[in-house]
Amino acid sequence: MNMMSEAAVEKALDKKMNDIALKMIGKDVSVHYGEKRALYDVNLNVRENTVTALIGPSGCGKSTFLRCLNRMNDTIDNCKVTGKITLDADDIYDPNIDVVELRARVGMVFQKPNPFPKSIYENVAYGPKIHGLARSKADFDQVVEASLQRAGLWNEVKDRLHESGTGLSGGQQQRLCIARAVAVSPEVILMDEPCSALDPIATAKVEELIHELRTNYTIVIVTHSMQQAARVSQRTAMFHLGHLVEENDTDKMFTNPDDQRTQDYIMGRFG
Amino acid sequence: MSTSLILLSLLVIGIAAYVMASSRANALSGGKSSNLHSRPGYYGSYAAVWAMLPSLIVLALWLSISPSIIETSIRGAFPDEVKAQPAATQNLNYGMVSAIARGLPKLTAEEVAGITDGSIDIQAKLGEKGVPLAGAAEPYMIEGAKNLTAKTAVSRLVMTGVVLLLAVAGAAYGLRSVAPRFRARNQVERVMLWGLIVASSIAILTTIGIVLSMLSEAARFFAMVPASDFFFGTVWDPRFAGAGGTSTEGQFGLIPLLAGTLYIGFVAMLVAVPVGLFAAIYMAEYASPRLRSLAKPLLEVLAGIPTIVYGFFALVTVGPFLRDLSQQVNGLVTGNYMNFIQAQSVLTAGIVMGIMLIPYVSSLSDDIITAVPRAMRDGSLGLGATRSETIKKVILPAALPGIVGALLMTASRAIGETMIVVLAAGVAARIDINPFEPMTTVTVKIVSQLTGDLEFTSPQTLVAFALGITLFCITLCLNIYALYIVRKYREQYE
Amino acid sequence: MTNIVSPVAGAVSPAAAPRRDIGIKRRYAAERRFRAYGIAAITFGVVFLILLLSTVIRNGYTAFQQTAITIPVEISEKLIDPDNKRATDPSVLIAANYPAVVRDAIVKQLGIDPSKRTEVREAAAMISKGAPIQLRNLVVANPALIGTTVNVTFLADANIDSANKGQIDLNVPEANRKVSDTQIGWMNQLKSAGAIEKQFNTGLFTSGNSSRPEAAGLGVALVGSLYLMLIVLALSLPIGVAASIYLEEFAPKNKLTDLIEVNINNLAAVPSIVYGLLGLSVFINFAGFPRSASLVGGLVLTLMTLPTIIIATRAALRAVPPSIRSAALGLGASKMQMVFHHVLPLAMPGILTGTIIGLAHALGETAPLLLIGMVAFVADIPGTPLEPSTALPVQIYMWANEAERAFVERTSGAIIVLLLFLILMNLGAILLRRRFERRW
Repeated sequence: MNMMSEAAVEKALDKKMNDIALKMIGKDVSVHYGEKRALYDVNLNVRENTVTALIGPSGCGKSTFLRCLNRMNDTIDNCKVTGKITLDADDIYDPNIDVVELRARVGMVFQKPNPFPKSIYENVAYGPKIHGLARSKADFDQVVEASLQRAGLWNEVKDRLHESGTGLSGGQQQRLCIARAVAVSPEVILMDEPCSALDPIATAKVEELIHELRTNYTIVIVTHSMQQAARVSQRTAMFHLGHLVEENDTDKMFTNPDDQRTQDYIMGRFG
Repeated sequence: MSTSLILLSLLVIGIAAYVMASSRANALSGGKSSNLHSRPGYYGSYAAVWAMLPSLIVLALWLSISPSIIETSIRGAFPDEVKAQPAATQNLNYGMVSAIARGLPKLTAEEVAGITDGSIDIQAKLGEKGVPLAGAAEPYMIEGAKNLTAKTAVSRLVMTGVVLLLAVAGAAYGLRSVAPRFRARNQVERVMLWGLIVASSIAILTTIGIVLSMLSEAARFFAMVPASDFFFGTVWDPRFAGAGGTSTEGQFGLIPLLAGTLYIGFVAMLVAVPVGLFAAIYMAEYASPRLRSLAKPLLEVLAGIPTIVYGFFALVTVGPFLRDLSQQVNGLVTGNYMNFIQAQSVLTAGIVMGIMLIPYVSSLSDDIITAVPRAMRDGSLGLGATRSETIKKVILPAALPGIVGALLMTASRAIGETMIVVLAAGVAARIDINPFEPMTTVTVKIVSQLTGDLEFTSPQTLVAFALGITLFCITLCLNIYALYIVRKYREQYE
Repeated sequence: MTNIVSPVAGAVSPAAAPRRDIGIKRRYAAERRFRAYGIAAITFGVVFLILLLSTVIRNGYTAFQQTAITIPVEISEKLIDPDNKRATDPSVLIAANYPAVVRDAIVKQLGIDPSKRTEVREAAAMISKGAPIQLRNLVVANPALIGTTVNVTFLADANIDSANKGQIDLNVPEANRKVSDTQIGWMNQLKSAGAIEKQFNTGLFTSGNSSRPEAAGLGVALVGSLYLMLIVLALSLPIGVAASIYLEEFAPKNKLTDLIEVNINNLAAVPSIVYGLLGLSVFINFAGFPRSASLVGGLVLTLMTLPTIIIATRAALRAVPPSIRSAALGLGASKMQMVFHHVLPLAMPGILTGTIIGLAHALGETAPLLLIGMVAFVADIPGTPLEPSTALPVQIYMWANEAERAFVERTSGAIIVLLLFLILMNLGAILLRRRFERRW
């Protein structure tokens, strides 16, 4: 149970958590897929430079909420989002807000590693290229190296940058996807169960990475593993049947939750 | 007995065998069907199969083989000086013999006697009865014809006997086999399985048929015209088949035809590829479900329209339109109202063929683009790429092999297309880079060499098969390669 | 119920750091251009479709009407049987001078002086050259008509037909058009007398081919196409289904079945004209079937359609879920019983849809039929599939090659007929799919 001791260390580190600014604010967020309602008036805030974990049984709406944060739900036909979500002071569903610009600020890592069928280098350089963030070859080299370093992948792939990204192992692919997201220098990174397709060793590496990224980025992670939520996050939000049940400091959530349903879930009574 | 009567009696015997065998099985079961291995119907079918299958096979073999055996024996009886004549004349002689044989039954006994002793002119007499003869009949022909009639009659009699006997014997065998523990169902199903196997081998047989038939006819062509003259010749001027049918005077150069085929195909692809590809991209990535459900079938209607309709459209609308347009343009620019685009031209055929190919490109590409996993799209969009950037930089590169495969398949269609070019491209076999002039294609020449009266010994006719096998090989290679690419591509995402 | 951190606890961060320039404007312009290309491509295709169909319909709808001239004809004994020998020699009635009878009738109707030879000739040219034959058939069938005057409806000549339908531009100088001013005048004269009228063109559907546009019809082609379709259906459906069942349900997965698979896919892409060459060399030269017969055409089209049907049937069989197969086998059915009792009935709608689409393709196919000689001039409707015949698309090809304006109308009319058949077949396929579509 060294998990708990680690959580205690975290607690010491995050003592002044309440002073930390709110990066994103969700107010009365509801989502409909056609006739079916997936989210009911969720009010949830995301704190800057914090890892926020979204937990809950499958189908509870946690991924749906995550995808609202950078409007990935726009790509699904007949999906309707109501309510208000702000990034800094901007309403991201405001017609004046550009979805491309939003996604450049709020990056996303997906459940299954999805590197493009291109070389490792091109995968990482893709974001900077489309956004015009780098101009010269040297710029690109530097961005690619820095991003891969950040993702802890540099040492493993530096000799084969021009081999296909799909040739890497699952864990390496996921870290490549994180490097790809980091290369755009977003302000927020959304992760949708980033470790669900990985083995335990690869999972540990990705978790370690999330931990390090926290200093520079605001991270929201969806996970179905409560241990993972406890390990990597400072704040945790529990969803159930499309409702936000409870949002709290992670260590409080896992030791003394306010809501009975949270307790039941954490004790494994349902899920 | 006529063949249809034999078939009818076989059917009757078969049904009788079925009824008898199944009722026998019923009787054996003693009213309890669980005493039988199979349901009574299977015993019936078993007997029916034994009654009909062997006899049908014998009937088919007899019908296909006996004429040539009889022919050989009749020809063997021809006088020696006739046998010394060239093969073509001999064939003609035999044709006369069989014509007389067809006519003889229509004559009365006295007329036959008159013909045999030469007192009645056989050609006139038979012509009266509706059997025209190609020339004057010689006595040995009449003899041969009588012989032929007699032998055919004997053959048919024996065949009828053998087939019916076989049917009855088969039915009896099938009936005798009926026993409670006899596995009739398994036996019947084995026959059915063989039927299925035979059906699926027809696909193979078709290919073999195509290759063999074209190879053999093309080989006869290459025996008269050297292969190098055909494949590397730059002049196409086959002349007309001479009366003797063996003149090899013409020139049979493939190059101008191939050039025309490829040029028209190229113009068609210039139209079809951008239009089809953009239509596919728009429908796969942008269009609302409503628009998609409207535009997709509309474009597919283009694929359902017979090519002859496109050909007619090119002939009466597009061709004259382009010609008049060029006339006006030329007049406005130079003051000389001369048309520089011919009504039949590479351009006309190419544009119309391109329109025909749009749905092929778009539906093949649509399948391939939608096969790119959603995760790829999400990955790119999640990084803040616009839709068009996602398409250009992620989806198209990922789909590229598949699209190339699709384009190769489309190209093979363009090369094999016939009716549009027959009506819109012209018949002039020339090598030219001016798309406003008519050129011709391989398919046009296959059609023009094979319509009209045919003499299957002249290179003018046989060259069509050499052209056909060239066409077959080109399209086959394109298709095999395309299928290979597309298959590889599919595996990548499965 | 939720424990929301109060806004006071965490202040909203002030308007964020200055935005990076990521070229939004330029990139959206590119996006719009890209979209526009897509829309333009679809529009191009659809516009051409509309253009093609409207051209055919505009040129062709008039083909369903035909101008006819009804005039009293005096069937005079003097012209037909001057020596009164018809009782003993029936051939007199066949060889009689019917053209003169028709000519006299129109001359009399128009009130022309019979001695003006040019005018008489022009007047006679207004009636189809098939009229004397029509009259002959009438008289031979009923010799009692001789000596009487009867009202007979003749087809108008194709040029008069065009003029009557307003397709001839009268502003063109007289020498450059096929109808003279005098003829136009007579036409109007007949019109006011009620002797000329447009009627439904039944001949288009019943007559055989003819070199005179007004008498040419699709009868032979329709019957030929019907034979072709029946042969293709009767052969390709059972063979195709049997082959698919074997390949999908029974065949072991080995090199041979793999080869058959590749082979079928390739056959589906072989140019149709190659099938024509196959038919010519195997069925006509080798097996000795008659040229121009719809039997050979049917066989060729069957071979051509088989791959399509096999591919569609296999897809339909594959769509039947394995659970159905397991259920049948679990009850002790043999594999053959499983296929024929359960899988095949469930796959039938898909198979039929594929078959109809294959048939529709075969119906519009022209090139292979040209090579096996179905492009012959056939005037009599074939009684059996062994007699010479043509087919709808081949008839279109033959008429498309004719120079006369009236044939363009006929050709377009024939295309409309062909397209109607195709639309009916495809509608049938769609309805079938809708009706029986099953979601597993």
